[in-house]
Amino acid sequence: MTATDTPAPRIAESAPLVAGAGRTGDGRPLRGPIGKVALVVVMSVLTLAFIYPFVWLVSASFKPRGEVFDNRLIPKTFTLHNYVAVWHDAPMALWLTNTVYVTVLATITVTISSALVAWGFAYFRFRGRDLLFGLVLASMMIPGAVTMIPTYLIWHAVGFTGTLVPLWAQNLFGSAFYIFLLRQFFLGLPRDLFEAAKLDGANNWQMFRLIALPLTRPALVVVGLFEFQAAWTDLMRPLIYLRDSDTFTVPRGLKSMLDQFGFGGEWHWELVVTASVITTLPMIVVFFLGQRHFMQGIATTGTRG
Amino acid sequence: MSRRRSAVRAGDTRAAWLFISPWVVGFLIFTLYPLIYTGYLSLTDYDVINDPSFVGLDNFRALVSDDKVMLALRNTAVFALMSVPVKIVLSFFLALLLNKAGRATGFFRTAFFLPKMTPPVAIGILLLLMFNGQSGLVNEVLGWFGINGPAWTTDPTWVKPGLVLMSLWTVGASVIILLAALRNVPQELYDAARVDGAGWWAQTRHITVPMTSGAIFFLVIVDTIAALQSFTEAYTAYFGAGNSTYGNDAALFYAIYLFQQAFQFLHMGYASAMALLLFVIIMAITAVQVRLSKRFVFYAGEQS
Repeated sequence: MTATDTPAPRIAESAPLVAGAGRTGDGRPLRGPIGKVALVVVMSVLTLAFIYPFVWLVSASFKPRGEVFDNRLIPKTFTLHNYVAVWHDAPMALWLTNTVYVTVLATITVTISSALVAWGFAYFRFRGRDLLFGLVLASMMIPGAVTMIPTYLIWHAVGFTGTLVPLWAQNLFGSAFYIFLLRQFFLGLPRDLFEAAKLDGANNWQMFRLIALPLTRPALVVVGLFEFQAAWTDLMRPLIYLRDSDTFTVPRGLKSMLDQFGFGGEWHWELVVTASVITTLPMIVVFFLGQRHFMQGIATTGTRG
Repeated sequence: MSRRRSAVRAGDTRAAWLFISPWVVGFLIFTLYPLIYTGYLSLTDYDVINDPSFVGLDNFRALVSDDKVMLALRNTAVFALMSVPVKIVLSFFLALLLNKAGRATGFFRTAFFLPKMTPPVAIGILLLLMFNGQSGLVNEVLGWFGINGPAWTTDPTWVKPGLVLMSLWTVGASVIILLAALRNVPQELYDAARVDGAGWWAQTRHITVPMTSGAIFFLVIVDTIAALQSFTEAYTAYFGAGNSTYGNDAALFYAIYLFQQAFQFLHMGYASAMALLLFVIIMAITAVQVRLSKRFVFYAGEQS
């Protein structure tokens, strides 16, 4: 970019007013070398601050027990022993299986059920609709703590405490936030499309399944990704519902490893560190697979919420 | 939304109810019933094994004179008051920077967001490691500047600041939301301001902040509600049962004490009363914030 300040291209470039279209919000790049260098330096320091804890963690997971805390970037003694040991000293494979099982079920069920409900609220006109949708929104405001105890007692009464069922089964009934999000997307679809389909003899189910769902695929992916992350990382519910170590999810297992090998335990931090890497890594992979959807989904949350 | 009030067709109503039936059933079983039952339990003594016995308002009376409840409320309030403003100012600053980064925006946005993907349990563990008083990375870096860092994870005065600093690591989502808001501000406003001779600070104060106040307000509400319910990071780092059960009073957040009362001590009635108190507090704070926002938030064009 040249340092000369010619007004002509600026007017041309500031023309589009659509969100994200070029330089809005005074997004013009800094002019002049000093500003640019300062920006690069500040951004690099910040990037280091955000990324380095990951690097530290991964690096520490390849260090032997005595060197975990040496804060070296490159391990003095490189070892794969921790990754072998963590498999022996904890039922890591079982925890991973449990977590995958819960996460997949939670993600699929909540996406389908929330889409159904969202479509019901978006497309149809019926008596009491606005009141009911108001209840959907209101239910988002209720802190989890208020329903936590009776919910536990329900699962206790039907004999599912100690199993993985309470960690996902509520998702069969949709989730208020996802219903809200998907309804917004359904409302954005042109209504004429469905009037036309109706004239062609499509029934309600076909309109939902064959037209509405395919057109909102990106939104469904966003919901799926959000829930995948939520289900994978949850600690509260596994703490409440799981007793036996064989039923643990990875986050619950990681907490038990911290209790066993961390403070007040046997001081095997290298195992805790390695298990932390194993717990976190799938989320990083998921993020890079769905990065665009994650970013868009979050941006949407803020502007429509 | 529906602009014309067409006649409601019977078939449509039936189909609509079929579509929303999962939510209706779930709402009745997992929201409405628990809400009512929590209210009932709060008036009882209940340990899951024996039937609940009615005790009137005893739980609430015990609650206001429970030192640990007061401690937990204070801890939670201090944490929320420190973390929410700092988090919002930082994410606003980061969003401004990202907006200036030109073609590199994508890369830096990813870098800032990535920590948000970390499971909160792992964040709790990272807190113990990074902020460790003797060998932690944070104190090592402070040492480069000649600062002798405190014992973040053990000294009661530094436990909450440590938790706040750690919570800043996950500002990524807020940054994305504010960046999206920034990009909706018309460039014309800045161009006009520049013609009028307004500098960076004046532009930020009189254009950027008012034009993004809707998103900022959204984050204040959401972050406050989340901060008042913080649990996982602090619980992971400071509470648990290893060879010996441990805990740290300085990190005893309300949600943690509630969890302990309910699922470790099995005081379900008492915990229900605690949950209701939390509900009332959150509603009251949100109501105040909504009221205040009417004065400060600028909604362009007031479209829905």
